[in-house]
Amino acid sequence: MAKKFKNKTLAWLDYRLPIFSVLREALVDHPTPRNLNYWWNFGSLAGITLVIMIVSGLILSMHYVAHVDLAFDSVEHIMRDVNYGWLIRYIHSVGASMFFLIVYIHIARGLYYGSYKSPREVLWWLGIIIFLLMFATAFLGYTLPWGQMSFWGATVITNLFSAIPLVGDNIVTWLLGGFSIDNPTLNRFYSFHYLLPFIIVGVVFLHIIALHKVGSNNPIGIDLTLKKEKIPFHPYYTIKDFFGFGVFFIIFGIFVFFLPNSLGHPNNYIPADPLVTPEHIVPEWYFLPFYAILRAIPFKLLGVLAMLGSILILFVLPWLDTSKVRSCRFRPIYKQFFWIFIFNFIVLGWVGSKVPEGHYLIISRICTTYYFTHFLIILPILGMFEKTLPVPLNIFKNPRVKKNINK
Amino acid sequence: MKNRRSFLKLTASTMAAIGSAFAIWPFIDSMNPSADVLALGSKEFDLSNIKKGSSKTVKWRGKPVFIKHRTEQEINEARNVKLTKLKDPQKDEDRVIKPEWLIVVGVCTHLGCIPLGQKKSDIKGDFNGWFCPCHGSHYDSSGRVRKGPAPKNLQIPKYKFIDENKIKVG
Repeated sequence: MAKKFKNKTLAWLDYRLPIFSVLREALVDHPTPRNLNYWWNFGSLAGITLVIMIVSGLILSMHYVAHVDLAFDSVEHIMRDVNYGWLIRYIHSVGASMFFLIVYIHIARGLYYGSYKSPREVLWWLGIIIFLLMFATAFLGYTLPWGQMSFWGATVITNLFSAIPLVGDNIVTWLLGGFSIDNPTLNRFYSFHYLLPFIIVGVVFLHIIALHKVGSNNPIGIDLTLKKEKIPFHPYYTIKDFFGFGVFFIIFGIFVFFLPNSLGHPNNYIPADPLVTPEHIVPEWYFLPFYAILRAIPFKLLGVLAMLGSILILFVLPWLDTSKVRSCRFRPIYKQFFWIFIFNFIVLGWVGSKVPEGHYLIISRICTTYYFTHFLIILPILGMFEKTLPVPLNIFKNPRVKKNINK
Repeated sequence: MKNRRSFLKLTASTMAAIGSAFAIWPFIDSMNPSADVLALGSKEFDLSNIKKGSSKTVKWRGKPVFIKHRTEQEINEARNVKLTKLKDPQKDEDRVIKPEWLIVVGVCTHLGCIPLGQKKSDIKGDFNGWFCPCHGSHYDSSGRVRKGPAPKNLQIPKYKFIDENKIKVG
């Protein structure tokens, strides 16, 4: 039941539209585990980045022209002529990288502390859906400046659909609205690039509803049943999240002001040329691990399926991991496999940026095999045989610490 | 069927589903190539200024088309290969109308990059045809894939000779 508001106008309005009590429940009163560490900051960081991306994107859209003859020049117009256009564009392009960095850490935190396990499976699914939508949005957005990498990246990615048996080529033509990447393609990519962020916002709301239904996981990964194990979201976590924003904005600022192009590819400052392919096509860094999986497999269709599978497998992760214990803190062996998995993923990203020949190809094949082995073999078996450490009954009783806090 | 009510429910919702499927179609089809894009579907090209042993790139449907005026040696190379050695077996005779003119869509069948080999200075790959720099596919002097991840030969567009030195593609 919503608590009454003292202010009569608020109370009157809230009785008819419970927006204030819902907000108060979510942002002020929401009981949150008292032992969350800084890895739990990345959810709110992802949220603020989404807001920054939508606001900067809105401004960019006022100056950008989605036409093959004008798109590249309009981006340069934003960079040179529009007041603070350079700042807003760099915020948007660096922001995309920051968004992925934050979300990768957010996902890794979920993997480490077992946040995907019952009863948080749906919360986890919604997160993966957001991740997939982010991929689509980032890919579409990267096409818009109409540079060489935009054009050829779009060509390679849309051609992935041609791997579908029988109707593949028709689907590609339908996606492109023509027989090659051209003006109809650019227009529809712009349209979808504008739409998808709002769909992401919608799924983020579902993500938060699911979160508030089941409550946050916490570093020791147990269900918190005592009232005193939780503290209100405000002021404890609002202030902690704001502190996180401050640290993040410093890093964001360093990139925006001093290294704005370090995360992109210089070829994208060459206007798109449909008749010349750049010698080495690489996607943005956040796609590289999955691009490496695509290229590791010498058959077109299988490569595409493996790349898709590498993300879709996350949906069944709650059932692949058979261990009852959530947090890595009490899973000494899984903890090591977790770090091997992270290392393997980074290596995949690194080979994804190289030409797929010789030993790079061999490394990418080993890493791809390991990626799937981790989920399909290691996790199910480990859950059955691993000897976990004693799990505390509640936050205050840690069997590993002799002197417990008495509250 | 249990009763009248469930029968009506089933038939009505089936009709609604069929109706919605039809209603969605215009939206889906609107994303297919529009009339002006399709109108650019066929185009004529003059061959008279392409010397023997050289090739030219023309643009058709937004894609490059390679027109290669082949030498006797190149024709022989293409015709003397055993079909069993090919990844996508096809006779050279089936890929040309006139043996000296090879006309292919210059788009790698792997992921759509444009292979090198049109200019004299380009790398032509291990089989004296084209080489795709993106993921390393090699094509021979008939545009057939010989090595690398590409699954198929370079596509042959629909074309015909209007007269001795003129073709119509599309």
